[in-house]
Amino acid sequence: MAYSDKVIDHYSNPRNVGTLDKSKKSVGTGLVGAPECGDVMRLQIEVDENNIITDAKFKTFGCGSAIASSSLATEWLKGKSIDDALTIDNMDIVEELALPPVKIHCSVLAEDAIKSAINDYRVKNGMPAIELEKSHH
Amino acid sequence: MLKTPIYLDNNATTPMDPRVLEAMLPYFTEKFGNAASRNHPFGWAAEEGVDYAREQVAKLIGATEKEIIFTSGATESDNLAIKGVYEMYKEKGNHIITLTTEHKAVLDACKHLEKLGANITYLDVESDGLVDLNKLEAAMTDQTILVAIMYANNEIGVIQPVKEISAIAHKHGALFFTDAVQAVGKIKVNVIEDGIDLLALSGHKMYGPKGVGALYVRRKNPRVKVTSQMDGGGHERGMRSGTLNVPGIVGLGKACELCFNEMEEEAIRLSALRDKLEKSLTELEESYVNGNPAHRLPHTANISFKYVEGEGLMMAMKDMAVSSGSACTSASLEPSYVLKSLGLSDDLAHSSIRFGLGRFTTEEEIDFTIESTKKAVNHLRDLSPLWEMFKEGIDLDSIEWAAH
Repeated sequence: MAYSDKVIDHYSNPRNVGTLDKSKKSVGTGLVGAPECGDVMRLQIEVDENNIITDAKFKTFGCGSAIASSSLATEWLKGKSIDDALTIDNMDIVEELALPPVKIHCSVLAEDAIKSAINDYRVKNGMPAIELEKSHH
Repeated sequence: MLKTPIYLDNNATTPMDPRVLEAMLPYFTEKFGNAASRNHPFGWAAEEGVDYAREQVAKLIGATEKEIIFTSGATESDNLAIKGVYEMYKEKGNHIITLTTEHKAVLDACKHLEKLGANITYLDVESDGLVDLNKLEAAMTDQTILVAIMYANNEIGVIQPVKEISAIAHKHGALFFTDAVQAVGKIKVNVIEDGIDLLALSGHKMYGPKGVGALYVRRKNPRVKVTSQMDGGGHERGMRSGTLNVPGIVGLGKACELCFNEMEEEAIRLSALRDKLEKSLTELEESYVNGNPAHRLPHTANISFKYVEGEGLMMAMKDMAVSSGSACTSASLEPSYVLKSLGLSDDLAHSSIRFGLGRFTTEEEIDFTIESTKKAVNHLRDLSPLWEMFKEGIDLDSIEWAAH
């Protein structure tokens, strides 16, 4: 199966790889997927006092599409408010990266990771967790 | 200069040896006859080519010409052997024993027979990929008519103890069929010494053409018969109807002859290269060779690089054509059933890469592969949250993963 140029670009030059200090109150961490399923994403956001995401980092165990989906997600998150970030839909990622149907689960996982990171931040800072849709996979 | 991509997927298929192509070419044009045309020189020329190929194939496995049935490939041979034996001998018993690590052509032929009333035992293998002979013996019943166990495994290359397996089968009055696609032409296979009653082989796994294979069917001690699975002109002693693929058969014969002459030396050269590859790559932390290291094909290495996903890794190894036990592309997300049969955890199965060396693999290519693979593994580990956790001493099993 051939990968799209955008997947190859994100895979070869992943943006925002790294780790934020998860013990900080301003950092939200989402860890989704499972090793036995072949993909695990960890996505972290750093949020300022106005609830704007100032930094985002990821690390992903998975195929090229999973790595590209999470790399793209970090790019999109930076500068967004945590409320706007919640509107990122997995199909936006599918479209941007031209993912084939068998790779849609990678985008779903990225969306889950975003929501999970935001919820972690919200709970840490005394906000109620957002009700998440049941995982699609 | 090194030419990329480097082909290291010789367990999937091999390039055709140019000497095979040369032998085949006349049979497309001037010697185009139907080998079954007995009444003119065109037919005779084709028949002569087929007869010679039959000798070449027979010689490689220690059989006689009359015991070779040409087919379209190993999938057909597997089906003909298993379904054909079942139909022929089902009055005697309805039990067949096979392994969970067999090729799908064997497993699915067995599943088909289950629907027709066969009783199939799918034996698990041990963690090194080999069958436990005591378990095999214990599974035999007075209803067992066939033991179907592959000679060498396509994913991990382990070689089953076929002599011992055939002895157990025969002791209990059952026939022994082996899918020897990965072994024939790579290591010595002898149907007499190994006690094989039926054997499947394929042209394109040994530098011959695709679309041609053979089934060996023993004619003496005992005389084995299979019910044909295709009705027609009664070719191949009534066991496989259909006009013979003369150029393909001639190519298969030539490929067998080349293997007969060269495989011993080739095995020595390839196992040295394979060992070099394995030794260098297992210098990487947390990398493991899958399958029994002593009983293995000379040209196959299957290595798991923990905390890295196989498909992602292959993407970084873009200058090499290899294969992975990961199945991220399949809707099921299930990794290789063969690796899982070894008891490998799913994450290790997802992290595996198969390197299949071949006749045209050079040392320069292996050196390049070692360097590129190491680089790729390190690149992906830098991206892997699991690797980071492992490095921090976190037990990954202690984490409650959101299963999907």
